[in-house]
Amino acid sequence: MLTIGSPQLKLLEKLCNAIGVSGDEGEVRKIVLEETKPFADEVKVDALGNVLAVKKSRAKKALRVMLDAHMDEVGLMLVSAEGESFGFEIVGGIDTRHLFGKQMMVGASHAPAVIGAPPPHKASDGDYLRKPSASSMRIDMAPGSSAKLGDRATFAANFKRVGPSIMSKAIDNRIGVATLIELLKHAPTNVELCLSFSVQEEIGLRGARVASNYFKPDLAIVVDSTPARDLPDHEDRENTSYNTKLGLGPAIYVYESRAMHNPALIGFLENVAQREKIPYQIRQPGGGGTNANIIQMSREGIPTVSISVPHRYTHSPISVARIDDWKNTLNLIHVALKKITRDVIKK
Amino acid sequence: MKKLLKTLTETFSPSGYEDAIREVIRKEIKPLADEIRVDALGNLIVRKGKGGKRIMVAAHMDEIGIIASHVDDNGFVRFEGVGGVMSRHLIGGRVRFINGTVGVIGSQRGKENSMEDMFIDVGATSKKDCPVKAGDIAAFERPFTDMGSRWVAKSMDDRIGVLVAIEALRALKSTPNEVYFVFTTQEEIGTRGATTSAFEINPDIGIAIDVTISADTPQAMKMDVGLGKGPAIKIKDSGMISDPRVVQWMEKTAEKAKIPYQREVLGGGTTDARSIQMARAGVPVGCISIPCRYVHSPSEMVDENDVKNSVKLLTLLLKTESKNFGSL
Repeated sequence: MLTIGSPQLKLLEKLCNAIGVSGDEGEVRKIVLEETKPFADEVKVDALGNVLAVKKSRAKKALRVMLDAHMDEVGLMLVSAEGESFGFEIVGGIDTRHLFGKQMMVGASHAPAVIGAPPPHKASDGDYLRKPSASSMRIDMAPGSSAKLGDRATFAANFKRVGPSIMSKAIDNRIGVATLIELLKHAPTNVELCLSFSVQEEIGLRGARVASNYFKPDLAIVVDSTPARDLPDHEDRENTSYNTKLGLGPAIYVYESRAMHNPALIGFLENVAQREKIPYQIRQPGGGGTNANIIQMSREGIPTVSISVPHRYTHSPISVARIDDWKNTLNLIHVALKKITRDVIKK
Repeated sequence: MKKLLKTLTETFSPSGYEDAIREVIRKEIKPLADEIRVDALGNLIVRKGKGGKRIMVAAHMDEIGIIASHVDDNGFVRFEGVGGVMSRHLIGGRVRFINGTVGVIGSQRGKENSMEDMFIDVGATSKKDCPVKAGDIAAFERPFTDMGSRWVAKSMDDRIGVLVAIEALRALKSTPNEVYFVFTTQEEIGTRGATTSAFEINPDIGIAIDVTISADTPQAMKMDVGLGKGPAIKIKDSGMISDPRVVQWMEKTAEKAKIPYQREVLGGGTTDARSIQMARAGVPVGCISIPCRYVHSPSEMVDENDVKNSVKLLTLLLKTESKNFGSL
């Protein structure tokens, strides 16, 4: 069993604290390149900025397995300057109500900034209830800052470990990135690993589309992080719509927004988990997608499956995940890679 | 033909889980095909003829269905729709899960229009004794009914297209063209199987065979398509505009053979032709639609003559000599 100890948590912390808003993933990419180069046989950065790494197999005609994790995160982009404050646009899916009164960090220097909240003296309840337009809000920088239009900003929330939990602004999806790096470091030799650290997932699965065209893999496993809305429902009703639950292990997708994943691969993963006694859960079928959606449709079609580490409070200033869920996700994929054969996907 | 249609419509095949229907079709077309293969997404690709125009004929094998999302403490199964499932058709209906379990759909009082307030009762009394778990897929359960010249089934969309394709292949003793009949997967959740199979085949012309709405019932939507008036040649739907050259080819072929046809402009919905059109460098496409009442309900109705005329028209199109393709 692979473990999650302090080196793995340190790397995840570094990845989580970097800014990597969609289209400007350079800071994350730099860490990924440093971590992958010593272990991979080939590493390249493609035209869109995806990091594509290959770890060859010892076997002849080995199964080519694409593993994808997106590097980008949701955030803001500065689009207009008015003295020390900037207008911004949302990049990816952020509810603007999350922005009131938040500390932010901007650009390569992580310059501190604030998005203000209406003071209670002046605000009505309605100000907090309605969803404001991004154009009605401003991000406030210190006078004389070097911030410029086009700079990206994210929530200024440092990575924390609290007992069995981890908290960060970017668990979605640095936890997937860190998982791929661990898998590369412990690469099984029976398969050829095609690692895609992809860009621009949060704005329409854009990087993975070209990465899968490049690799033309035999099958693909997407590693992401998925929402857990698992706290008890109000009014004592049974919570029947939670997506996933923390602590129950990796969440295997069956059906996500309009993509039905390969039943044979799903069954294979479930078998591996049961035999190895690795806990897992089925992510509730329904909307909300991952890169597997687009990889499945590339070229002649690719058998895909999607596995996520569950986390609470998606696309908000801070998300919460469990270290054990991460460990079980890593091990489920690791064992599955060691055991997979071409027969699994044969029709 | 009716016996085959009964088997086709009663076979379990929600999107993504087309294994059973693929075997039924494979068995039927095996003696008729020059080459048969199955691709990564499960599309069944059947070649007939060699040389000439590469024509892709797509009829989708999948049907709408539901998928379990949660089993509650009392053993009731919560679910999501797969494809364009309408909540108004659900209550009192039955579904069959992939493991054979049959369930009845009920709803919370006063919430009859909301799928998230519905549940499936499989006869269980607790989560523990429920034979269904989250992620299990199910299809609607309803037998094929023969009303004489009108036929009714839960999955006429698009088993009737599958039947038309099979019968055209049967009638097509030889062809000057290279025809690829593709029985596609995952159409109902975004024409996904056609996307990847069109990339692989890279056809010169694409034709989808699918159902369209028959607007000849009381107070129906405004649309000039009715049952029994012949196959509908699609001009446009909400996802694509047929290539005018393909439309003209279809109309001329129908007129020459005195096959009645209708011109279809569909406001909502689309077919595999949409994805074939956008494959690689682009493909001229059209669609032969079989008029169908009550689409996406458990009782979809088609007319026997429309079906037979669709087979005739498709067969003639596929026999077109190279000099008769005009500017195509």
